[in-house]
Amino acid sequence: MGILEVKGVNKRFGGLQALGDVNLSVQENTVHAIIGPTGAGKSTLLNCLVGKLIPDSGSVMFDGQSVLGRKPFEINQMGISRVFQTPEIFTDLSVIENVMIPCFAKRDGAFRMHAIESVSSEKGIREQAETMLADVNMLDKRDMHTASLSRGDKRRLEMAMCLVQDPKLLLLDEPTAGMARADTNNTIDLLKEIKEKRNITMAIIEHDMHVVFSMAERITVLAQGTPLVEDTPDNIKGHPKVREAYLGEAQV
Amino acid sequence: MIGLNKKDFGLFLIVCFMALAAPILLNPFPVDSAMSDFNAGYPALMQKFAIFGIVVIGFNILFGLTGYLSFGHAAFLGAGSYAAVWMYKLLSFNVIFAIPASIIVAGLLSVVIGHISLRRSGIYFSILTLAFAQMSYALAYSVLTPITNGETGLQVYNNDPQVLMGEGALAEPHLFGLNLNNLTKVQVGGWEFTFEVGYYLCAIFLILAFYMSIRIFRSPFGMMLRAIKSNQNRLNYTGVSPKPYTLAAFIISGLYAGLAGGLMAAMDPLTGAERMFWTESGEIVLMSILGGVGTLIGPILGAGAIEYMSAIVSAITSADLKSWFGWLPDWLETIVIYVLYPFVGKGWHLTLGVVFMLVVIFLPGGLVEGGQRIGKLFSRKKPATAPGGSATPAE
Amino acid sequence: MQDIIIQILNGLDKGSAYALIALGLTLIFGTLGVVNFAHGALFLVGAFVAVTMQRILNLSYEVIDESQTDFLGNPLKVDTPYVIGWFGESAGNTLIDWAVPLAIFLAIPVMLIIGFVMERGLIKHFYKRPHADQILVTFGLAIVIGEIVKAFYGANPIQTPAPSSLPRTIDFGTWLGYEANAIVYPTWRLVYFFFSAIIIAGVFAFLQFTTFGMVVRAGMADRETVGLLGINIDKRFTIMFGLAASVAGLAGVMYTPILSPHYNLGMDFLVLSFVVVVVGGMGSLPGAVLAGFLLGILQSFASMNEVKAILPGIDQIIIYLIAIIVLLVRPRGLMGRAGVMED
Repeated sequence: MGILEVKGVNKRFGGLQALGDVNLSVQENTVHAIIGPTGAGKSTLLNCLVGKLIPDSGSVMFDGQSVLGRKPFEINQMGISRVFQTPEIFTDLSVIENVMIPCFAKRDGAFRMHAIESVSSEKGIREQAETMLADVNMLDKRDMHTASLSRGDKRRLEMAMCLVQDPKLLLLDEPTAGMARADTNNTIDLLKEIKEKRNITMAIIEHDMHVVFSMAERITVLAQGTPLVEDTPDNIKGHPKVREAYLGEAQV
Repeated sequence: MIGLNKKDFGLFLIVCFMALAAPILLNPFPVDSAMSDFNAGYPALMQKFAIFGIVVIGFNILFGLTGYLSFGHAAFLGAGSYAAVWMYKLLSFNVIFAIPASIIVAGLLSVVIGHISLRRSGIYFSILTLAFAQMSYALAYSVLTPITNGETGLQVYNNDPQVLMGEGALAEPHLFGLNLNNLTKVQVGGWEFTFEVGYYLCAIFLILAFYMSIRIFRSPFGMMLRAIKSNQNRLNYTGVSPKPYTLAAFIISGLYAGLAGGLMAAMDPLTGAERMFWTESGEIVLMSILGGVGTLIGPILGAGAIEYMSAIVSAITSADLKSWFGWLPDWLETIVIYVLYPFVGKGWHLTLGVVFMLVVIFLPGGLVEGGQRIGKLFSRKKPATAPGGSATPAE
Repeated sequence: MQDIIIQILNGLDKGSAYALIALGLTLIFGTLGVVNFAHGALFLVGAFVAVTMQRILNLSYEVIDESQTDFLGNPLKVDTPYVIGWFGESAGNTLIDWAVPLAIFLAIPVMLIIGFVMERGLIKHFYKRPHADQILVTFGLAIVIGEIVKAFYGANPIQTPAPSSLPRTIDFGTWLGYEANAIVYPTWRLVYFFFSAIIIAGVFAFLQFTTFGMVVRAGMADRETVGLLGINIDKRFTIMFGLAASVAGLAGVMYTPILSPHYNLGMDFLVLSFVVVVVGGMGSLPGAVLAGFLLGILQSFASMNEVKAILPGIDQIIIYLIAIIVLLVRPRGLMGRAGVMED
């Protein structure tokens, strides 16, 4: 039994079958990549996992519980954190505040009317956030406004915001999309470091094979909304079906 | 100090001082001087400063912190006033009943309106609140006449029950027998200062309201509200449910407006539907922008600036203009007066509109930002600190 | 049946005005992405162009009439409008009588210029600012325009009658086969309806059948792509704004005989028109027109005595009530598209 079990998920948009009978099992403490050509349904699948979309049929079980019909914040409270393609952070807030908010969410749940207490008296939360920032080498930027951060720093910050919640599963949606090669490598290093330090379960949706093969332990190949194969990176590399799916995108 | 950090406590002390010493501070010109028209230290105007200060402080928690632009807050103001007058009618003129009642009624109304309006965001939210407020106005004006007394407006009549009013009790708003209209005039040289009980009641509530707003700004709750304004999507995926936060902010701002409505009825025990009209809501928005959205001190500055303009600019007559510009050559005087006249007296709304546009275009941070810019000009060498220490958006 | 027809007719003139303003609002919003709270003020300016036209045509010079004397025995001074002096008694009087329709010819250039100036001078700088800022600055502009009108024309409503040579009412019922006087309807309101219908049809034809309109429609559907095609949208935006301003202005000109204009007219109509736009679906032109007429007619039905007997005061709140229901049940409005203004 994996920590995330997707069984027979279907999703149609009008006449388009975006996902057809998708099965997926993500094992605990592994890095599982979901790859596939553009339009293969990767993002649709991800949105079904985090509560943005509801599949027409099938089941999505996380940690023994169904996530279907739950709102994104409820699913996050179950232990799934998500990193977006373009970093989603609180741009009007300082770096440290960005990290403190997920700490509050983890401690206080989806809502708590703590309107009289002062943020500055929350020593524990601040320490937690500072430790996290130190982990991603951003402690020196803690009082900066996020608007002035570089793109790479925004990505690190978003990662920190997810990790500080100590998620059971970290979902990454094309974390290196649109990045230069150097940035991509930095991100890979960061992810690897996180993996080593925290031994966290990750599911990565990715387009870039370089990223996938330098990190993933399991790979699921999606094509036209259906999983083609699921195997180890070594086996995937030479797989004829995968070559076929990627024909014309000869990065493999 | 009292749960505030040093900077905030300093700001709080300044506001306390300004509120309590307003009768003196706002009367800088001797009674007989030509400038005495510009004095603002008379009770009716100071009450407005404080009351609208309270409304805008509350509104700022919704609009400034959370980013939801409501065009319907006058509904809560009006509801608060109606509730207060009803307390006078049913129980007695003691405001100890009226003010809590106005807060509660406005709070209940804001739960209903907020719950429905907050299902949408952005401009749809603005239109929904506007629609609700206009509906409340129409209801108060006609349909609910038994409760609101329609066009005539609600007031206390001799045959009202007033069950808690003993023999010979005061027949105007009071606090345990202390008549709110009592005032003391103090003459110092050419100056005259008026201290009124009613104003001080408003001032104390203003101070309390301001204190609560600092606490909310600095609380984890306030941080969540800023996060909602900044990026609701991320917040959703961070495990926080935005709706209860926005609703709480909406209700808090409704409570503030209800309190203000109650105070209005405490200063003058009658009310009418026009207090709910959407232009009133618009004025609250103007005050909040003019002062500086999302800052602590901005609402008080904005409310003060607009009420001052409305009282002073609208009182300027063409005779005043003539006496001020009489020293100019005749042809120039004629031109100057011709240009200025539409902006004063009955035309003061034109001044308001122009000032407001200029602020939105050039000074989106309002008077607070203006103050900061001026402050920076004068303190280039020192590390720039915000005047009042309130305006740094993130802290 | 007659009652229903009467109520529908009564709703048409208001509905036409709502539809015209909402159409302009939607054009501006759909193309420029700007929420224009000053649109009601453009309606107001139109109305006062009609007032101005009336005053221009009545500009007079004094003629000394020797044949009559005043009470002191001096020859009587008679004010004679210039147009009568120029064109003679009957033609001149006709011109004055037709001041409101004639004002259209003055309104078109005036509104275009105001539209261009407004877009180039102010709105342009707010394309990239948040919607809240757009609302606020145009709200401020609406106050300013209203106050300027007040400064020049005073605060009281100004009577601007329809041409008196038109019959005041027409017996609409006879057109439908009812007996005489069954359905009597003011002529001007019918004129207003047909006028609006022509303008609406004109706008739609313009968007449908011209290249310019095609680009604009494409821009409304997908702004970024059109931008990428290298088409200069800026100039078109300015023209669209001028067009929307003219539509609002003409709606205002022709409405003056129905409601004597006063400086607050713009605000009154703005609030309602925004509700109309939201009900119709933001960004949808047919939605704006449909919702305009629908709400106008519903409002007229709600003010029937029979309805008011059951639901007192419903006529006062019906529009807002419908807006709230529509927004909650069909969040995108009757004909709205996904993704418009949903941050």
